[in-house]
Amino acid sequence: MPKQIHLAAHFPGVNHHTVWTDPSHQPDTQTAFASFEHLARTAERGKLDFLFLAEGLRLREQRGQLVDHDVVGRPDTYTVLAALAGVTSRLGLAGTINATFNEPYELARQFATLDHLSAGRAAWNVVTSSDAFHGANFRRGGYLDHADRYERAREVVEAARALWDAWAADAVVADAATGVYARDRSIGLVRTDGRLVDIEARPTLPRPPQGHPVIIQAGDSDAGRELAAQVADAVFSRHGSLEEGRAFYADVKGRLARYGRSPEDLKILPGASFVLGDTPAEAEERIREIQRQQVRPAVARAFVEQLWNRDLSDYDVDGPLPEIDPLVEAPSITQGRAATFKDPFAVAATWRALAAEKGLSIRELVIEVIGRQSFVGTPEHVADEIDRYVQSDASDGFILVPHLTPHGLDEFVDRVVPLLQERGSFRTEYTGTTLREHLGLPAAGHFGRTLDGVGAADEALPVA
Amino acid sequence: MSESRPFHLAVELSGAGRHPAAWRLPDADAAGLLTAAHWAELVRTAERAGAVFAAFADSVQPPSAATDVVQARLDATGLAALLGPLTARIGLVPVTPVTYAEPFHLAKALATIDIVSGGRVGWQVDVAAPAGSGPGDVQAAQFHGRSAAGAAAQWREAHDVIEVVRRLWDSWEDDAIVLDAATDRYIDRSRVHDVAFTGETFSVAVASITPRSPQGQPIVVARGDSPYALAVAVTGADVIRVAARDVQGAADLVARVRAAVAGSGRPAGSVHVLLDVETLLGADEAAARGRLAELDSLAARAFDPSGLHVVAGVDRAADALADLVELTGVDGIVLQPLAHAGDLALLADEVTPRLRAQGRLVDRPAPGGPDAPRTLRDAFGLDRPISRYTAAR
Repeated sequence: MPKQIHLAAHFPGVNHHTVWTDPSHQPDTQTAFASFEHLARTAERGKLDFLFLAEGLRLREQRGQLVDHDVVGRPDTYTVLAALAGVTSRLGLAGTINATFNEPYELARQFATLDHLSAGRAAWNVVTSSDAFHGANFRRGGYLDHADRYERAREVVEAARALWDAWAADAVVADAATGVYARDRSIGLVRTDGRLVDIEARPTLPRPPQGHPVIIQAGDSDAGRELAAQVADAVFSRHGSLEEGRAFYADVKGRLARYGRSPEDLKILPGASFVLGDTPAEAEERIREIQRQQVRPAVARAFVEQLWNRDLSDYDVDGPLPEIDPLVEAPSITQGRAATFKDPFAVAATWRALAAEKGLSIRELVIEVIGRQSFVGTPEHVADEIDRYVQSDASDGFILVPHLTPHGLDEFVDRVVPLLQERGSFRTEYTGTTLREHLGLPAAGHFGRTLDGVGAADEALPVA
Repeated sequence: MSESRPFHLAVELSGAGRHPAAWRLPDADAAGLLTAAHWAELVRTAERAGAVFAAFADSVQPPSAATDVVQARLDATGLAALLGPLTARIGLVPVTPVTYAEPFHLAKALATIDIVSGGRVGWQVDVAAPAGSGPGDVQAAQFHGRSAAGAAAQWREAHDVIEVVRRLWDSWEDDAIVLDAATDRYIDRSRVHDVAFTGETFSVAVASITPRSPQGQPIVVARGDSPYALAVAVTGADVIRVAARDVQGAADLVARVRAAVAGSGRPAGSVHVLLDVETLLGADEAAARGRLAELDSLAARAFDPSGLHVVAGVDRAADALADLVELTGVDGIVLQPLAHAGDLALLADEVTPRLRAQGRLVDRPAPGGPDAPRTLRDAFGLDRPISRYTAAR
């Protein structure tokens, strides 16, 4: 049997990739529960491993104003996932929730609740942010040093895992005949004495059905990769070429041994977009139209402004790139998304060269730079490519990112999934009930023994 | 019995019921208390019983060392969200201690439950145990760098939390999303507003990430039993819950609440006062007494009612509830079943039909007609307010 592919679906996000000018898009399309339900049911129909939701902590800004040209606004991640637990039965439910502006006690409790209510289908994408921009909406403000972000993530995950382990696996007896609900001294007190997480807590929930909900990590830096190797069950990585994918895969999986873990204990799942057509030419035609919708004039201008770090509203996006240089000394005009440009002068030089070589306007250049889609072609071609990446160890599968809400996954499930199933590299039925089982991950007990600085004591509190 | 005005019935659910031995009854589904199927069945039964809302008790109190009671407790916010798509008419009211919570997260989580339920969320504000009490310190230790504050400070903060959450709910005007392809604008940014709140213990700078929800302003529920809580409830709540040891105490408390509401300048009809009543039902009086005896025999000690309670057969229970409304002047009752499973079924099958036949239950249809979705505001006869930022234009 070929290596099995793992597929997930990303709910279309708050960025240029999501096409909101489609006639099907209504003012409530990005928030209506029907949208989430449709995508979840479609993913479940396609036997996908999980649905993935991103998170927002503050609306994005550019030049001191709200970004208004992309999708803006979304519901709360945790409560949407809890609502989806009631209308799905097998699909994993994954969400990004920030570890900086939430307490480990409540994060552990929310994911334990989601895992119980979904009978073992919860996953948490742990991210951190340290900036005062997001902190302005929270009690602590931007309190965290940038350098401490991964330490914070590690301590929060370890505290959450200790809280999930606090009730003995067999704590709940619920024996009506004898009247024993929970075994004596079976609910441990968790003490952490971390620099960033110093708590003493006794959680209100028994060990979750999965033991530990699945942990996803998305950082690509060296520290991010190390954290993934240490604590994560899956990595949400960036999609690149086959060679880049193989290098990333080998690097991250190669780090597992030092934590006593095996390569199959951590799944590498790049995000991937797709455009299908009945013929290669039709797919090419569709992608050109999608790119025109994604990179509308305001999007193109805003993107170039991010690199130039200045107001370019006087420039015609159908004209050439600015001849003036990017502003590098000034504070960033962009707030609320990850900085993407390390060396603006070098990038500007590359863009100018590319634009000169191909004769591109600003908008055409931006399409060239950010309009790229991962898999473009006939369903047969896309299935071939996905399978090739997985069989060549460039990934363990993909988190698919549709460009339309909520019907963007329909065609993939109808046309590509059956081809992958025919090849024997993707399941035709769910064989397990939990997300851990879908992902082929080991039982969570493994982590409970490797925590450091965290202990579950068994001393009892007085009877209330 | 005199001619009475119709009243609201609500329920509050916790564990397997208020009685410590409720989980041991044969129909209690003790093994399923943490499953979606269990809560869907329970709350659909409450919905069938005509309950205007189901409140889900919660707190930051850790489990005790007792082995004979239900120690497991789901996060009420997640539970209410689960039930949104699984129910159609009943309000869903998580109890939320705000003391260690982030107001920004609360605002978007509640707005989201409003979205997934089609406008049926309510929010019951609570605080953690105060400083100077054993539980206060134990609860605070669960949160990094926090220590317990006194009750007065906690309720002052709760007042601020309600204010900022309400601002966040209004921060997107209803027509903020314009989808104007001609000008490349997804939103009209002049219709999304910074809340710019700075309080004693926290601040929130800008707008919610979640557009305005179906109710605009979800119903806010608060307790009015203590002076600190009452002061907050009077200015910030749409529904005020009270509990009392006896009928006279309840009547006095309700009068105090109504006077406080009137003194605050809010219109009398804009605030609903609901009375907690512990209930244990039986097909008849003997059956109800028998169930209580059975529960008491299973528990380490006999049931000690915490306040007003009705242990009765279905006939007398309906009258007893109506009498409590008459005698205390409340707008409705929050039933706290001693045992969920049997009580909710009897309520739906026997008690509610009697109350309905007597015209005693408020059961407002949706403004859009009997088949239209009904929000929790609709159920309480409260209009959907426009955003304060729209009003200020």
